[in-house]
Amino acid sequence: MTISFDPTPSFAQCLLGPTDEHHELDEYQTGIPRWCNGCGDNGILAAMQRLCRDYDLSPERTVFVSGIGCSSRLPHYMKTYGFHGLHGRALPIAEGIKMSRPDLPVFVSTGDGDCLSIGAGHWMHAIRYNMDMTVLLHDNAIYGLTKKQASPTSPMGTKSNTTPKGSYLEAFNPLQAALGIEGVSFIAQMVDWVPEMLYDILQAAYRHRGFSFVRIIQRCPEFMPGFFDPYMNDPERVQILTHPNALTPSANMNKVYRNQLVHDPSNLDRAREIASSSDPIPVGILYQNPDVPRLEVIRGAGRVRTAETVQKGLDSELDKFTIWPDAEPALVEA
Amino acid sequence: MSELLVNGTAGAAVDGGLDLEPLTGDRASKRVTIVDEQIIEIVSDSGEGAQRCGQALAALAARSGRGIWTVEIIPAEIQPPARSIAGGSGNRVRMGSHPISNGGDEADLAVAFNEQVLLGREREGELKPGCRILLESMWRTDRNPITAREYLLTYDELVAKGYNVIEVPMEAECRKLVSDPRRGKNMFVLGILCNVYTLDLALAREQVALTFGKKDQKVIDTNVLLLEAGWSWAEANLDFQFEIPTMRLTEPQVVFNGNIAIALGVLASGMEICAMYPITPATSASHYLSEIFEKTGGIVHQAEDEIAAATFAIGASYAGKCAVTITSGPGYSLKQEALGLAVMAEIPLVVVNVQRGGPSTGQPTKPEQGDLMTSIFGSHGDAPKVVMAASTIEDCFYSIITARKIAETFNCVVVVLTDGSLATAQQPFPRPSFSEDWLAPPIDQSPVPVGAKAYDWDGTTGLMKRFIPGQPGGMHTLTGLAHDRASKVAYDPASNEAGLRNRSLKLAALQKTLRCPDVHGDPDGDLLVVGWGSTRGAIEEAVDGLRADGKRISSLHLRFLNPMPSGIGDIMKRFKKVMTVESNWSDSLDEDLIDEENRRYSALAMLLRAKYLVDVDCWTEVRSRPIKPGVVRAALSAALEKVS
Repeated sequence: MTISFDPTPSFAQCLLGPTDEHHELDEYQTGIPRWCNGCGDNGILAAMQRLCRDYDLSPERTVFVSGIGCSSRLPHYMKTYGFHGLHGRALPIAEGIKMSRPDLPVFVSTGDGDCLSIGAGHWMHAIRYNMDMTVLLHDNAIYGLTKKQASPTSPMGTKSNTTPKGSYLEAFNPLQAALGIEGVSFIAQMVDWVPEMLYDILQAAYRHRGFSFVRIIQRCPEFMPGFFDPYMNDPERVQILTHPNALTPSANMNKVYRNQLVHDPSNLDRAREIASSSDPIPVGILYQNPDVPRLEVIRGAGRVRTAETVQKGLDSELDKFTIWPDAEPALVEA
Repeated sequence: MSELLVNGTAGAAVDGGLDLEPLTGDRASKRVTIVDEQIIEIVSDSGEGAQRCGQALAALAARSGRGIWTVEIIPAEIQPPARSIAGGSGNRVRMGSHPISNGGDEADLAVAFNEQVLLGREREGELKPGCRILLESMWRTDRNPITAREYLLTYDELVAKGYNVIEVPMEAECRKLVSDPRRGKNMFVLGILCNVYTLDLALAREQVALTFGKKDQKVIDTNVLLLEAGWSWAEANLDFQFEIPTMRLTEPQVVFNGNIAIALGVLASGMEICAMYPITPATSASHYLSEIFEKTGGIVHQAEDEIAAATFAIGASYAGKCAVTITSGPGYSLKQEALGLAVMAEIPLVVVNVQRGGPSTGQPTKPEQGDLMTSIFGSHGDAPKVVMAASTIEDCFYSIITARKIAETFNCVVVVLTDGSLATAQQPFPRPSFSEDWLAPPIDQSPVPVGAKAYDWDGTTGLMKRFIPGQPGGMHTLTGLAHDRASKVAYDPASNEAGLRNRSLKLAALQKTLRCPDVHGDPDGDLLVVGWGSTRGAIEEAVDGLRADGKRISSLHLRFLNPMPSGIGDIMKRFKKVMTVESNWSDSLDEDLIDEENRRYSALAMLLRAKYLVDVDCWTEVRSRPIKPGVVRAALSAALEKVS
């Protein structure tokens, strides 16, 4: 796929009515990505723009949220509303947006440091809240923007500027952790070097109503050059998860990626077993449960609130605390 | 009746008032003393209900037309050991024939469920010398000889110190009515106090029904019986009664504490989302808001931590109406980076900081005014924020409405400071009358004008109109990075400077709309006292007292700390000396090491000195309690002596 760049805003395109919305790819494109050549982020961006086009998302009614890091530059290259927030805090920002405006589709881009290290506390709770948003974990197993420090997902022995002799601990497995959280509703994994699967999974994640968490294992040619080459060179080291209720690879895919596993994404126990494997890398939908309640629905977000309801609510509360002149029935709560 | 008034707290004698004619023949032995005001402290172990008793007493006094101010006596632990000096829980009620603005000085009457919690209050200097003490007597004959001995020692100590200790068999009397007197003593005591302060018993029965309104009728009936038993016991056994004249109410009043005022202010301001994380002493505001907000379509989100609470609120504000986050000191510290983001991206946000003792975990249940500097200057880099401080319960309510309006008009962060003493204090004020102007208009979803940019800063005011998701043509990526007018990341010097300039200018634009507060007292004189926040009542009472003695002293209380309104400098120039009175730390010049060069001034004094080049002195106290008017008065008297 080629990406065309249109740096000038085209307002007329945004003024189409909601009934006859049709959008072209360039309506979602802005700026020139400053990612390195060969960075997996480029492919993720292209897939997201394609998804917006294919689902005719209104650019003005779509919000891309991110934290800080290489991955978190993504909103700057989307011609939608974007919020490039604080390191680790993309998820609570996105939750606030969703609670305030449940009518807006929300996408989150976050990295392995952003999501699994500084923002790990938020991440766990975001899974519990199960608010409707699509969350992409751009996982390149290294800190890129700060120039090569080990991240939670760096494999043991990764040499970096803070671990010159190799990192000390086993890599953190975000899928296992996510699948252990009550309220989890959609967990998928993909690798950036298989674009077809990438797009199929993104679509499934977007269509899922709830917190769709997609870990994208991606290459960092600058700081982890060649790290994933053994996996790319040997298709057997990628295991495609297939199921009629999930994804069914194309004939072309079947020719190359023969290591396939039929996995029913409603089976949580099996999903946890699959998640524990890092070689081969499982690719596909590990878990999906469309029936998990969503916090914004539970809390009744987006209700219309009028001056009358506020006044009525306030007055009925004030009544409880009011002393009326001339010994009218005075009700003061102690 | 006014000529009969005797100030109940100013005189040396506790009940030096005038006797009234006996009300009835069989009460000939009772003396009913008319007093202008009284301070009553009720203390017990945690969970014995002294707080509820105090709240009910205050409510009764207010409902019968007396001015009140209450101060909660809160132990730091949920269940401190029984009978411990530091574990006292209860309420101080100051009630008077006029509006009351603070908790006052020492108590005129103390009621204690055990002698140890009372001793705690006595040692902290909360009791007036020689005052009456109604003390539960059951401990005298306690089966544990250590307890009995402790009681006797304390009793003797209190009597030796000159207190008028009256032993009350609370437990024994309550046991006649209930099997677990620990659960009913507080209403028995309320009955005693109704008798002592000649409060209407019928009204008290109603109050008990309200207090236990959520329980079943049997609970209410039992407590009414306990109330009546207390009243009768006092009638038969106590030889003193007081009457505080009533005020005539001309308009409806409401009575609640500062945290309830904040919650109601959030509701009334039209904000729709409050994100918070539990922290003392702010949490009760969110408790109450949780109870009432949903009924009007609002949402309280208890976030996973303070940072999430702030960023959740920022996300909500960004996509819709201004949101609020409510916290206290440590939580405020955690939010700093998020506040910087809201400043940088120009997202409206209201932050309430119910200050407590600091630094670090400090004194969670105790009031302090230690967060002024961090509120104004907090977050790295230049992060201009609006900082307001509420000084009364009424102010807590209206400040939130004002804060929301400023936040949305200027696309800025507005910090509202209160503290632990306002949070739990109750004070009546005129019932607010709802106005639609308090609410934010619906969010703008109209197309943005062609060519308009996300940060079209006005050249003079620095103001911009934010684009809200949903507005066609307004798509941009908001960022905490330095950015240009189109919200594009900008590393060039001119864009960086322009952003800093415009975010700073907005505060000047707001400042031009602020009115200088009125001077309390004469516009010129020997000494001007400047304060902010919860100390207002104590400062003004001290100033009034000194003015009545002919001293040339006035006070000025600031509601806006950043920016400050014009005119403050001119006011200060009209006084020979200016000093602040605050509840935060300042070095004393009496220390061997401290001199004018190294003295650390209190927060407001430092600000005023820096801003107006005036030699502002300060007097501060950080004794884990609201500042007392008598203590302030003594400090101001000393300061006045140095002004010639």
